[in-house]
Amino acid sequence: MSQYVRFTIDKTECMAIKGQYIVEAAKENGIYIPTLCNYPGVKPKGGCRICTVKVNGKLMTSCTTPVAEGMTIENDIPDIRELRKAIVELLFVEGNHFCPACEKSGNCELQALAYRFQVMAPRFPFQFPLRRVDASHPKIIKEQNRCILCKRCIRAIKDEKGRSIFAYRRRSSRVEVVVDSKLGKQLTDELAQKAMDVCPVGSILVKEKGYITPIGQRKYDKMPIGSDIENMQVNKI
Amino acid sequence: MSKPIIATASLAGCFGCHMSILDIDDRLLELIELVEFNKSPIDDIKKFTKKCDIGLIEGGCCNSENVHVLKEFRENCKILISVGECAIMGGLPAIRNGIPLRECFEEAYLNGPTVVGNEEKIIPNDPELPMILDKVFPCHEIVKIDYFLPGCPPRADLIWDALVALLNGDEMKLPYEVVKFD
Repeated sequence: MSQYVRFTIDKTECMAIKGQYIVEAAKENGIYIPTLCNYPGVKPKGGCRICTVKVNGKLMTSCTTPVAEGMTIENDIPDIRELRKAIVELLFVEGNHFCPACEKSGNCELQALAYRFQVMAPRFPFQFPLRRVDASHPKIIKEQNRCILCKRCIRAIKDEKGRSIFAYRRRSSRVEVVVDSKLGKQLTDELAQKAMDVCPVGSILVKEKGYITPIGQRKYDKMPIGSDIENMQVNKI
Repeated sequence: MSKPIIATASLAGCFGCHMSILDIDDRLLELIELVEFNKSPIDDIKKFTKKCDIGLIEGGCCNSENVHVLKEFRENCKILISVGECAIMGGLPAIRNGIPLRECFEEAYLNGPTVVGNEEKIIPNDPELPMILDKVFPCHEIVKIDYFLPGCPPRADLIWDALVALLNGDEMKLPYEVVKFD
């Protein structure tokens, strides 16, 4: 049993394999920690800070912090909830997120988090940055207005040699994610669909695949994001 | 006790949110028993004739007239509510925010594919017309807004629940299915 560690999340006794990241360990114990830049099976980045928890009183990103014996983790507490809500609001004002006109609406993780945190209107002023839609690729549209720079596509979509098909261009506030001009040709239909699914927002769209699911049947129409984890049957210790 | 008074306005919106108010169906009959309407497209009262309790604002501010009406609503209503995505974040009209105004006008009046018969190449600029703002502004960036009802349009049930909660002085229930951004 030495490979297992015991810890608590919001005073609930939990157990997980040693070295597992907190967010994964919490999931196995039926506790949802919201994530955005994190994607199962992809090396964590700790970029968006949505998954921030208090570990022994100190703020940590749970997607990059491994669990250790005796950790006291605080997740669903007022100041953490407020911090997460503020991050979601910042992301909404920083880009151009016109939900009513978005192909990904209802399946969008950013929107789902806003629903979960009951964001009625962001407290920050809208930036309305000038960004372009890049529809030059034959298979996909890169909608820069909606990109939150989570790097999920860069980290998850690779060619057979392991090279990223998506890449960062420019720096600082002008940074954007683009399809690599050379490797982009290798984007198969399957990979294009995977890229669209990996994108948490509506920034990567497979051409002619928008609005495919009717309203009412989309991923987050009925149940909040994370409710699948919270409703999971867990063998309590 | 006299009935609470409601006023509504559509600024830079599409009247979809007003349609959603009508979408409360037979509860409309209940509503007119409970409240009185003042300035609103619903009863076609053009000017405030008295102070109101609740103001419902649809649409953001895209021109000087929108700003004027919004400020008038703030002065005359105790509680002001942003109804719908356009009022909350500018909505679809705000898609023009990244595009220079001149480019927008040229597309609309000179170069657009649907432009017909504008031989003199006129961009309307009559002093009677409200001035277009450089950007479309959410209502809460112009005046103080007390509550927000998101949606495009906000579900009829959300509008109904909000009004009932306000009239009864209850806290609002926000069921997951009715608070949506689309």
